[in-house]
Amino acid sequence: MIAIFFKRILLAIPVLFAVASITFFLIKIAPGGPFDADKAVSPQVLKNLNEAYNLDASNWEQYVDYMTGLIQGDLGPSFRFPGRSVSEMIATGLPVTFELAFYAILIALVMGVFLGVLAALKRNTFLDFIPMAIAMIGICVPSFLMGPLLVLIFGLNLELLPVSGWNQLPGDKILPSLTLGFAYAAYIARLSRGGMLEVLNQDFIRTARAKGLAERIIVIKHAMQGGLIPVVSFLGPAIAGLLAGSFVVETIFQIPGLGRFYVEAAFNRDYTMILGTTIFFSAMIVFFNLLSDLAALWMNPRSRDV
Amino acid sequence: MKNNSLWSDAIYRLSRNRAAMLGGFILVMLVICAILAPWIAPYSYSFQDLNLGASPPSSEHLLGTDILGRDLLSRILYGARISLLVGFVATGVALVIGVSWGIVAGYIGGRVDSIMMRIVDVLYGLPFIIFIILLMVIFGRNLWLLFGAIGAVEWLTMARIVRGQVIGLKNQEFVLAAQAMGVSNLSMFRRHLLPNILGPIAVYATLTIPQVMLLEGFLSFLGLGIQPPMSSWGTLIKDGVESMEEYSWLLIYPGITFTITLFALNFFGDGLRDALDPKTSDN
Repeated sequence: MIAIFFKRILLAIPVLFAVASITFFLIKIAPGGPFDADKAVSPQVLKNLNEAYNLDASNWEQYVDYMTGLIQGDLGPSFRFPGRSVSEMIATGLPVTFELAFYAILIALVMGVFLGVLAALKRNTFLDFIPMAIAMIGICVPSFLMGPLLVLIFGLNLELLPVSGWNQLPGDKILPSLTLGFAYAAYIARLSRGGMLEVLNQDFIRTARAKGLAERIIVIKHAMQGGLIPVVSFLGPAIAGLLAGSFVVETIFQIPGLGRFYVEAAFNRDYTMILGTTIFFSAMIVFFNLLSDLAALWMNPRSRDV
Repeated sequence: MKNNSLWSDAIYRLSRNRAAMLGGFILVMLVICAILAPWIAPYSYSFQDLNLGASPPSSEHLLGTDILGRDLLSRILYGARISLLVGFVATGVALVIGVSWGIVAGYIGGRVDSIMMRIVDVLYGLPFIIFIILLMVIFGRNLWLLFGAIGAVEWLTMARIVRGQVIGLKNQEFVLAAQAMGVSNLSMFRRHLLPNILGPIAVYATLTIPQVMLLEGFLSFLGLGIQPPMSSWGTLIKDGVESMEEYSWLLIYPGITFTITLFALNFFGDGLRDALDPKTSDN
């Protein structure tokens, strides 16, 4: 298993290097520079700006420069917000996005596993159909519709919860976390139901029942370990989805997180910011995929000794 | 039943699945409405009645009008054209790439296979949504680019499914017989392999369409997808959100349309999967 771990890490490094290089050159061929703003800038100012940001060097020089900085964790200055570096901006946005993603995944896991296991245990009854219907709603109502609907109902009509912001009013974290978590709760519910159904039919469960173990222990100790492997493998890719979801949720609820920074950078053509966040997101996703693969591997006894 | 071929069996099972049939019916109606939009829409999608402004549903405008006095029903009908077009075309792009990739990798096998599938593994781990946004920013918001970009993202799972199927077929007698007769690789793919894996391809394609439509809606919602005055359901929802405090119908009707469509696609896709592969239907 340790060998697999190192093999995967060794593979991840060239991948991230390729991502960084491709993104860098994609941005170089983009039409329009970062300073082609609405206000025309005098040629002299433009020249100075280009000099200050090293934009008059050859592409190759800039690339080598950027990559050298990247290895040292320096993602360069932001083109739109003078005086702030991309690394700094990521550092401000990241905790917010992490917290949001953490609550969302917590909601998704608790709701999803509970409903999925319940549905599997009470198969083909009322308690199976209702959770699965809810899960179908979660899959078919996209976050960019779910968020505004929750705002409309709980924020504007019932006036129970704040409609936007983060860490400013009590309860303002509830709606964004729910919006982001709901779709994943739905997927997790379906996955855990499927996984549990498969495990519950197996011989070792029958043995456990024949031994006279309490149903609670059979489910929690024996069935869930195997039945939830699909959920654990799903968590890695789900992190990638959560990041994308954070673009929408942070935009709807005006949360100052990384997702909103990225969307704003895309609109502002803040190239260094786009480049930096793309590389950063990729690194995070590669890392979480690795983590969830390893966890799934570890949970599956068949692959433990390999 | 006399004719017990895979497809006639599947159609029989599908016709017994009420949710799937309802889904299929809704889809057919939607496609007809989208195609006929210029003739059945009560107004043009860009016709503005500025005196009217945003008005709630009435007998003149069945679903009300937006802030520029444009008829919402007409805009939803025209939006269906774009949203469904993106759904089908981008899925088609994903299908072509994924199926060819999977067939080649699975059939040739060996080193070629391991390199091709390693590429898929690597691409799986990358944040593609970010690359789509990047492409839309760099090259401008162009409908064809959107098709290509979304299609280029969604082919990975298809490649894996097809490869698995082809490996299963590769050592069967009819393939070996064809090889012995000296059939070229290309006609092997077309005549012998492809027809045998149409089932899983059809299922996965049906389930890819809603994913693609979600992605388009997502991009349009962020303002990076379809540009006005053209409208997709994603842009209509975006406009609806901006004015939902006063004019909630502008959010609710496009939202309902979008959700019903996704429901229909998912139910139909699930039904098709169960019909073609009865083993999975219990899960």
